[in-house]
Amino acid sequence: MKAAVNRIIPFSSVDGPGNRTAVFLQGCNINCKYCHNPETRKLCTGCGLCVDRCPQGALEKDGARVLFDPEKCVQCDTCIHVCPHDSSPRTLEMTPGEVYEKVKKQIPFIRGITVSGGECMLQPDFLEELFRLAAADGLTTLIDSNGTIPFSAYPSLLEVTDGVMLDIKAFHASDHVRITDVSNEIVLENAVYLAKRSKLYEVRAVIVPDLYDAEESIRRMGNFLAPYLSVNEFRVKLIAYRPMGVREAYSHYAVPDQPYLHRLEDILKACGFHDIIII
Amino acid sequence: MRAISMERVEQTRENILDIIKSPVLTHEQKVSNMAGQADSLMEVLDLPEGLDELLNVPIDRKCICDLAEGHAPVRPRYIIPDYAKFLKEGSEFLQLAPPTDLYEALNSLLIFYKHVPSVTNFPVYVGQLDELLEPFIDTVPEEQAKKLIRMFLVHVDRTVLDSFSHANIGPKATKAGYLLLEAEKELEQAVPNLTLKYEEGVTEDAFALAAVECALRSAKPSFANHKMFKKELTENYVIASCYNGLALGGGSYTLCRLILGNIAKRAENIKDFKEKQLPYVLDIMARYMDARVAFEVEESGFFKDNFLAKEGFIHRDRFTAMYGLVGLAECVNILLEKEGRSGRFGHDEAANDLGVEIMDLIDAFNQNHVNPYCEITGGHFLLHAQVGLADDEHVTPGTRIPIGEEPEELIDQLLVLSRFHKYFPSGTGDIFPIDITVHKNPEYVLDIVKGSFRKDLRYLSFYSSDSDVIRVTGYLVKRSEMDKLASGMAVLQDTTELGLGASRNGHILQRKVR
Repeated sequence: MKAAVNRIIPFSSVDGPGNRTAVFLQGCNINCKYCHNPETRKLCTGCGLCVDRCPQGALEKDGARVLFDPEKCVQCDTCIHVCPHDSSPRTLEMTPGEVYEKVKKQIPFIRGITVSGGECMLQPDFLEELFRLAAADGLTTLIDSNGTIPFSAYPSLLEVTDGVMLDIKAFHASDHVRITDVSNEIVLENAVYLAKRSKLYEVRAVIVPDLYDAEESIRRMGNFLAPYLSVNEFRVKLIAYRPMGVREAYSHYAVPDQPYLHRLEDILKACGFHDIIII
Repeated sequence: MRAISMERVEQTRENILDIIKSPVLTHEQKVSNMAGQADSLMEVLDLPEGLDELLNVPIDRKCICDLAEGHAPVRPRYIIPDYAKFLKEGSEFLQLAPPTDLYEALNSLLIFYKHVPSVTNFPVYVGQLDELLEPFIDTVPEEQAKKLIRMFLVHVDRTVLDSFSHANIGPKATKAGYLLLEAEKELEQAVPNLTLKYEEGVTEDAFALAAVECALRSAKPSFANHKMFKKELTENYVIASCYNGLALGGGSYTLCRLILGNIAKRAENIKDFKEKQLPYVLDIMARYMDARVAFEVEESGFFKDNFLAKEGFIHRDRFTAMYGLVGLAECVNILLEKEGRSGRFGHDEAANDLGVEIMDLIDAFNQNHVNPYCEITGGHFLLHAQVGLADDEHVTPGTRIPIGEEPEELIDQLLVLSRFHKYFPSGTGDIFPIDITVHKNPEYVLDIVKGSFRKDLRYLSFYSSDSDVIRVTGYLVKRSEMDKLASGMAVLQDTTELGLGASRNGHILQRKVR
């Protein structure tokens, strides 16, 4: 079993509690307009358009595939900028064991591992095997997900998962469709399902007032989730939209200001939330 | 005492006049610099043959450096008074009875600090403040305790004008410890330097996290591997000056340093370096230090006459000396180049292995060299990874990886460092500017500290990439004060000038942000 791995960040301070190794899998099933790493969305088609554009000669066309030489790469990102398919030639096909070998090097400096994407829940079997390896060494395991795949279908994965960081991109289904092209019934079901099992570590929302009524969305979401705080104390992270890395067509939205973000924080506090982070 | 030439006297008089007229030195800085000039005329030490061409030559050839200790050491370089004894018994010489409440305890300490000499003329150690103050902390209401501690720390910052001055806290959480961290976090001051003695399982996470949060504002405390230090130096160790592990009630007579890169320049190849050049310089520096120690103990009268010794706040037999070194990185790189081999220190296994081999040779030499006045450390000096001087160029502190060449990933840097920290009971350390996003996740830093100490790292410092107070090499400065000095204005603290020099020559503002 293999997955396309976009990137492994040995020490991450922003993917869950403490110091964690973050693994980013390639491929996503939705289309967030504000996606800040759109190159993780699709698998490489092997078209080879990037090969000649690489200033370091780190890419090579091999039949229907593009080969990538990590030794030559200087991370200039030209390849992902010229890719017409929201992909990257720099991904590597790896087994859970191969990924874990890269994670292991960070022990004892890390407390756990977080798998993100793309959408990592597209590859639940891979996740489960990777998490079994990590858990055996005492590492904690977190999933970072857009919530569109039902966790209830994967009980054995949840057994080896310490928590989920779940995006609730909007509370209203129509807003969610506008932002991502898909609806959010499963997302909300996931939130409840995970909270009831104390597996909800964090709920996140990217705040883009130009794209949807964030204030209304946060208020409704707060009211909806607050009853579960007594079962599972979880964090809410409000992420201000920033244009960095966003596809040109969607990089024109206004960045919300601090007073606006603090107003959202106050709304959540009024709902009973304590652990709220604005970034 | 040997005679000197009139030419040297005249040159010194010129230097003194320059000091008197300097627009950027405060009065106190002028007085202390003039004393240094007077001392430079002395010739009283029994110097080993061959020293002159290793010591008194330009920086690109200098192999031994005595770090401005002067020609006739009038006191030990670093003095570690037993402040607990002072607070318990008072001092006859200072005419102070033991304090009875927090007001008196803080007042007594502030008085005492003005009478603790060192190479900088300021105390390099101001005490294990949490333990010292904890017995007095409930003698006043909490709000008052907070205010008093805050005033005390401001007083120290404005009168101990040198950030080679170090306070300790930990390993256990105390009320006084929390109040000190809270005050330092708000004050964002350069002085005193501060270390948390940290041991996983002994230091509560909550206390360690308060320390991280303080460090992300004010670049302190640093984290010392308590388990490692107490194994080597017993529980009665302290961290003083930059990050120096020394015995309580003792200190260090002297600190000289090897400039390893320049010793490598003298060698034809690795074999010549290991068998001839390095042993030759090691021996001369050790005998130079012996001469300095002998003068302090046998001639200066310090341990006989000073009230610190007379009243038992220090003990001659708890002193040792620090055998320092810098530039292992340059040394390894130069030697590999001479051999026609590729590889850079910090990046290639073979280069790092060579670094370890060199450290083993230095360590073995030190274990065989005996000084009769270093009883507390088994008759041997302690190795010390010196942090550099402001005017060092192309000299990397201790065994650090040069700024600008840090491995892309912090994990790779830490794994290299873990091979070198163990050699230096009298101090080594590494410094990491941390991205501001970590303000929301202080556990990130604590996890790195925990992992590092399990991997035998000794001492780590962190500061936020956007802080005003930053750690230069071992000491702290305020960026805003460096800017003032750079624009030609006098500034309060002596170390600001060193920081400015280090930012120009040592590129300390370009460290890789983690």
